[in-house]
Amino acid sequence: MSGSSGRGRFGQEEIIFAIAVIVFGVFSVMVPDFLSAGNIVSMVQSVSVLGILGLGMAITILGRGVDLSMVASMSVAIAWMLVQLNAGAPLVQALPMAIAFSVLVGIINGVLVAYVEIPAIFATLAIGVTVYGFGKFFLVESDVNHLPEAWRWLADMVAARPLGVPVPVIAFLGCAAVAHLGLRYLRDGRFIYAMGDNPIAARTTGVPVRVMMVLQYVISALIALLAGLIMTMLVTSMNTRIVSGTLVYDVILVVVLGGISLSGGRGGILSVVVGTLLIGIMLNGMTMLNLTYTAQNVIKALILLLALVLDTLINPRDEQTAQQGDI
Amino acid sequence: MDYKKIVKMGLACAVLSMTAGVALAQDSVAPGYYEALKGKKVGFVPISMGFDLTQGWLAGMQRQANELGYEIIVRDPNWSVESGIQAITSLIEEAPDLLIIQNNDNQSYNRLVQQAAAAGIPVIQVQQSVETKSDAYIGPDWFNIGTVTAQALVDKCGAGTSGKIAVVEGATAAPASILMKAGIEALVAQHPEVKIVSSQAADWDASKAFAITATVLQQNPDLCGIAGFWDVADTGTAGAIREAGLEGKVVLATSGGGSRDAGCAKVTSGEFAVYHSYNVAGQARDLNDAIKMLLQANLPAGSAPFALLSPLVQVTKDNMTPSSCWTLDEIGKTGG
Repeated sequence: MSGSSGRGRFGQEEIIFAIAVIVFGVFSVMVPDFLSAGNIVSMVQSVSVLGILGLGMAITILGRGVDLSMVASMSVAIAWMLVQLNAGAPLVQALPMAIAFSVLVGIINGVLVAYVEIPAIFATLAIGVTVYGFGKFFLVESDVNHLPEAWRWLADMVAARPLGVPVPVIAFLGCAAVAHLGLRYLRDGRFIYAMGDNPIAARTTGVPVRVMMVLQYVISALIALLAGLIMTMLVTSMNTRIVSGTLVYDVILVVVLGGISLSGGRGGILSVVVGTLLIGIMLNGMTMLNLTYTAQNVIKALILLLALVLDTLINPRDEQTAQQGDI
Repeated sequence: MDYKKIVKMGLACAVLSMTAGVALAQDSVAPGYYEALKGKKVGFVPISMGFDLTQGWLAGMQRQANELGYEIIVRDPNWSVESGIQAITSLIEEAPDLLIIQNNDNQSYNRLVQQAAAAGIPVIQVQQSVETKSDAYIGPDWFNIGTVTAQALVDKCGAGTSGKIAVVEGATAAPASILMKAGIEALVAQHPEVKIVSSQAADWDASKAFAITATVLQQNPDLCGIAGFWDVADTGTAGAIREAGLEGKVVLATSGGGSRDAGCAKVTSGEFAVYHSYNVAGQARDLNDAIKMLLQANLPAGSAPFALLSPLVQVTKDNMTPSSCWTLDEIGKTGG
């Protein structure tokens, strides 16, 4: 039940890290200016929102769940906040409402998975669709919601670079550090690993499995909200259309890529950071090489497939604890 | 005769004289104008209902429909081409008097446009057209938008600058994107002092536009200008320019429907240096006119195709007026 994935001589984390180094090396030869300090910062910056989402997803997957509703709850909560701001509400009202919305979504997810015992993949998929539909019907009329000019200073704050490091990068690394320490040293963090490794054993030994499950979905919803806030401040708008895009799969990609096993309990936050960095390097290099959007998607999809194969080879499914409906 | 009866008779007289007036006006100006429109059914299938262009068109069209007593049936595929195909197929079954569709690309709805025509339903294509021409096309001349956008950049990125410009495209399969890019390339080809250093598709998405622009600015710190393809996505492009601390140094020229939030607000804040609006309020008027023309003319579907290309308005900080852009509320009240 260790935090790292290494059971064989090389864990997936190490393999992906090695791939990242190789890809990095190839790009630095192929692409001029790839190695500039500015570009390396930009490389991390462009994937930090993805990375933050990945942290939330990682926590649910480590506890043998998955949260497919992250992007929907994020986009609806943020869009609702923007709708309120545009209607003249103050931030001290709009932001807590968005937080409350996210917490509620997390609780509903958790209750459905923990108490109603619906497999996480179906529960969160359904909740994602429900949240989006509910949001579009009752809370948010338009897909595209702009940050009002009066709150522009918020966007300027996020666009700042204290000590040359972009705020999104600081947020990503800060969240990663908190999540890492929390999972490693807090009792609840160890519980999540225990649950992911073997939920029945965890329960027998006294881990409050159901409560922990609810907690992990609340955490993932709140992390999603934070990622959404940063994303919105960078582009000064939120388009709820991202729900129908591939973002949620990209999030799973960075999590699985780094070596967090979809069967739970294996891998750590470092895996997310490594997975995110590899995607960052790839996207940055492919953009610099002027590859088309379609080509980039194909390459990304192939990498996900490769990561899944590696995951299955390195972390075979445990027949004793795997259940039907698990992913 | 009691009081109620007198009131009733008075009312009856008033109604009679009013209808007579209307009938006179119809006879002398446009025979059958009201009859041609009253009670008709117009199907509308946009790409998605949730954004400024489609909301603006519908607000304007709904206003006229309410006034003239016809119905607009909206089927919202919410960005899904498959749902769009289903929606149009079932609408053709329902046989409305007119069909208005907004294409995602130049292929997906091609056969449906032919099927509708075969079923005798006139089709208006809005904003983007498939290969099959139908009764009407209402939307911009995308090639032209490409050239005017590129011209704005050529004007600002001539001698004394790096002459480097980047293109943040829409979706690679969208005719709008393909034609705008062709327009830009055609104009840049005439100006050797300007060079396109990057051309990437952001899929009409602000976050992707942000990521692409951030990378391109790293690779080309001396970039002079960026040609954006849509205001909504280019809030992300502008965000990346701001984040890189290059606000005011990199010229961003883009285009869009001219909504106040997505367009003029960004010109005021300096994020968009040059903005071309195809004016959704005007397009709503064009749509309404086409609806009235097609329903009155009542010709066999597809027999006399025409286009109403949306006139472009260039908006900059210097020439902007309160009426350069619109809000949804305004179109709903007075537009179309």
